[in-house]
Amino acid sequence: MSKENVLLSVENVGKQFEGNRVLKNINFSLEKGKILGLVGENGAGKSTLMKIIFGMNEIADTGGYEGEIYLDGEKINFKSPLDALNAGIGMVHQEFSLIPGFTAYENILLNMEKTKPSIISKIFGKKFETLDRQEMKKIAKDAIDTLGVQLDENALVSEMPVGHKQFIEIAREIDREKVKLLILDEPTAVLTESEAEILLKAMRKLADSGISIIFISHRLREIIEVCDTIVVLRDGVVVVEKPAEGLNVRQIAQWMVGRDVAGRKAVQVRDVDISESNKDVILDVEHLWVDMPGETVKDVSFSVKRGEIFGIGGLAGQGKLGISNGILGLFPAGGKVLLNGKELPLNSTFNALKGGIAFVSEDRRGVGLLLDESIDWNIAFNAMQVQNRFIKKKLGGLIKWRDDKAMKECADKYVNALQIKCTSTKQHARQLSGGNQQKVCLAKAFAMEPSLLLVSEPTRGIDVGAKALVLDSLRRHNNENDTTIIMVSSELEELRSICDRIAIVSEGKIAGILSPDADTAEFGLLMSGLSNLNEEGEEQ
Amino acid sequence: MNRVKEGIRNFGWPRIIIGLFLLALFIAGPFFGVATDMSLNDVIVRFGMNSVLVLSMVPMIQSGCGLNFGIPVGLVAGLFGAVMSLEFRLTGTAGILVAFAIAIIVGAILGLAYGLLLNKVKGDEMIIATYVGYSIVFFMNLLWVALPFKNPSSVQGFKGQGLRVTISVQDYWFHQISDILAIKITNNFVIPIGMILFFALMSFLVWAFFKTKTGTAITAVGSNPDYARAAGINVDKMRVISVVLSTVLAAIGMIVYQQSFGFIQMFSAPLAFIFPSVAAILLGGASVNKASILNVVIGTLLFQGILTMTPSVINSAISIDVSEIIRIIVSNGMIVYALTRKAR
Ligand SMILES: Nc1ncnc2c1ncn2[C@@H]1O[C@H](COP(=O)(O)OP(=O)(O)OP(=O)(O)O)[C@@H](O)[C@H]1O
Ligand SMILES: [Mg+2]
Repeated sequence: MSKENVLLSVENVGKQFEGNRVLKNINFSLEKGKILGLVGENGAGKSTLMKIIFGMNEIADTGGYEGEIYLDGEKINFKSPLDALNAGIGMVHQEFSLIPGFTAYENILLNMEKTKPSIISKIFGKKFETLDRQEMKKIAKDAIDTLGVQLDENALVSEMPVGHKQFIEIAREIDREKVKLLILDEPTAVLTESEAEILLKAMRKLADSGISIIFISHRLREIIEVCDTIVVLRDGVVVVEKPAEGLNVRQIAQWMVGRDVAGRKAVQVRDVDISESNKDVILDVEHLWVDMPGETVKDVSFSVKRGEIFGIGGLAGQGKLGISNGILGLFPAGGKVLLNGKELPLNSTFNALKGGIAFVSEDRRGVGLLLDESIDWNIAFNAMQVQNRFIKKKLGGLIKWRDDKAMKECADKYVNALQIKCTSTKQHARQLSGGNQQKVCLAKAFAMEPSLLLVSEPTRGIDVGAKALVLDSLRRHNNENDTTIIMVSSELEELRSICDRIAIVSEGKIAGILSPDADTAEFGLLMSGLSNLNEEGEEQ
Repeated sequence: MNRVKEGIRNFGWPRIIIGLFLLALFIAGPFFGVATDMSLNDVIVRFGMNSVLVLSMVPMIQSGCGLNFGIPVGLVAGLFGAVMSLEFRLTGTAGILVAFAIAIIVGAILGLAYGLLLNKVKGDEMIIATYVGYSIVFFMNLLWVALPFKNPSSVQGFKGQGLRVTISVQDYWFHQISDILAIKITNNFVIPIGMILFFALMSFLVWAFFKTKTGTAITAVGSNPDYARAAGINVDKMRVISVVLSTVLAAIGMIVYQQSFGFIQMFSAPLAFIFPSVAAILLGGASVNKASILNVVIGTLLFQGILTMTPSVINSAISIDVSEIIRIIVSNGMIVYALTRKAR
């Protein structure tokens, strides 16, 4: 490795949070125009390492870090992300940081607005120049085109499907003038395979133009496909730094976990009669429409047998996420939903939950978690409010007292079962790594012991090892408690590995329902359907 | 070493600096002829008078309605309860109990309306609350003049109608709470045990409330309303409950204040309580959406400590009255500090 070609080098970096060491003696370097894949289990310290490089305040607030980082041969220690931006580092965070009420182009050009002089600005200075919106739109459009996606730069971000938001985030970073290093923390987690493909292509293009990229993903196939080198973190230590050439998924997974991951015994899959003749239907959905911005459902009908695992797939923005959100009453909905043969009043979350439905939202930080409360609250809250569990009655039931001890016991159980990495169940959800936050969301749903479980993107941001764990625990609940599961996911492979039937949603309607063994091409056909991202964009 | 550092960080520099400053004032006091027992007496009495008012901030903060700049809504209910009790010419325990009862009922009704209004302006609660606080004071000013109050101790002597600006409760229920179990340490230093106990009782009730199912739901609403909604919680209802609670507590706090002070201050007086109450809870370490009883205790002690000690010590030291300036710097400074620090 020639020294002058190195853009970033990280030397002996370490970090601890209140005595909890998460990074130890990290060393690696990155050349100009190269893509580095950073992999590791949930909680290995990937996001923390990136936050250190990007100068996030969270790091300084928790006592700073050890070691040195050099960018272009110069030692850096940013006081804030703004310094990092000025030095040419762009970062797309694991969680979105867009302003919902702004349009796509406004978000892309946030803090870099193009202005033109006006009379007022001539008198009062540059701060008072008016925005040159035409110019801004043009620049934004260029950035979006570089990525190779089709989306409308005038659309409001709040009304976009998550997948598109992700592209906006990235467009914003590459648009900065002198960006040299781009950090992408799990950018593909919310994308379907085909959308991820577009992103990977764009990354290659950017790298060829001389920008270096650090890419974090739990989809190891993507890492192998696009990266030049890979760095594996395990428990806060770099265990492998190697060219990506010739590596395979299994090998990387083994490095991540520290043992061989293949050969796990899968939980027994049971047979559910999914033919027409089985009349034991738990959920019947007729002509459902849901007004969820960015994920509109127009007219959806399907029925789910008791004990079945029913998958729902489709591209971002087509409405697959709207279905579960609509049934749960989180967005205005209409049509008819029968639960156990009885009509379920729509637009009433409490009734849905009371009826035995539990829901894992795709938006874990927005809807799924109480970030500033402890893990046990997060897990037990729904069961307490809806089912009156974890409650001690005082004064003959007049006072419903919170049973903190029972809550903790319940949380401990799930922390063990799902291997949630935390210091204790009293730790605040905000301090967990992304994948572990996701597990808390799942635990919350499991704790309700539902008869029907709606999960949106259950394995989003979860590492390879834990993914099997999560899917297994879904299967086990299905098996042992006879829980019917409706699983919405952008990962087709995942759906196929666990579902009895898979519905593909396109343009707010069900394009077709397939068996998991159906040909990949068939799924592809249904997904693309008559629509593509472009038409979708115009319709909105 | 790490433990010490962490302790300091948790406690927060602003509190440490102000605490040290307060300590310095106590040490310096005697050198300028300020009696320590008198100072202690003042600080503790003021703590008792204001602590329930500061406590009244907690429910609204916890539910995500923010700092209650509309505390006058509760205060006027307290005023109303007090003057009504005087109107019935009730004295002693009966007098103060009736004052409480009326204040609580009126506070609950006003709080309900106030809460419904705040639900309409989510995101701008604090601005709207400020307007509401001022508006209700001016509206009540009309009523104080217009309502047919009769008790000669309340009405303006020369006109025979309309309430006075300050009404003495000396002959009615002066020190009804303060004097319960009061311990006399020196001539200048009497600990108003009753008032402290009363605050402890109120704190216990608030603490207990937040341990119930409803209290837990309210905390979740303040933490993340979308999460609460997805758990089937009626977010608006929880917010209204918290506003009613805050308003009722403010009404109760007003009466505690009056019985200790000896006067009911009418008309624009409630406005003077807004910033000190808000500043005290922030000084105690609360943020815009998280507050605890401990925040109330620490904040009220420090804030009232500074308010009582600076005038007496500094005035005797430099013979210029700077008490008002200090009060404004401390209270407004704290509010600005807390609001600019991002809510976490
Ligand atoms: N602010 C914080 N305070 C305390 N601990 C923290 C904080 N942020 C992160 N941690 C801890 O640091 C560890 C590493 O977290 P990090 O977010 O870097 O993991 P990650 O590798 O990005 O995992 P994932 O794949 O799940 O996103 C975790 O155990 C987490 O609990
Ligand atoms: Mg992460």
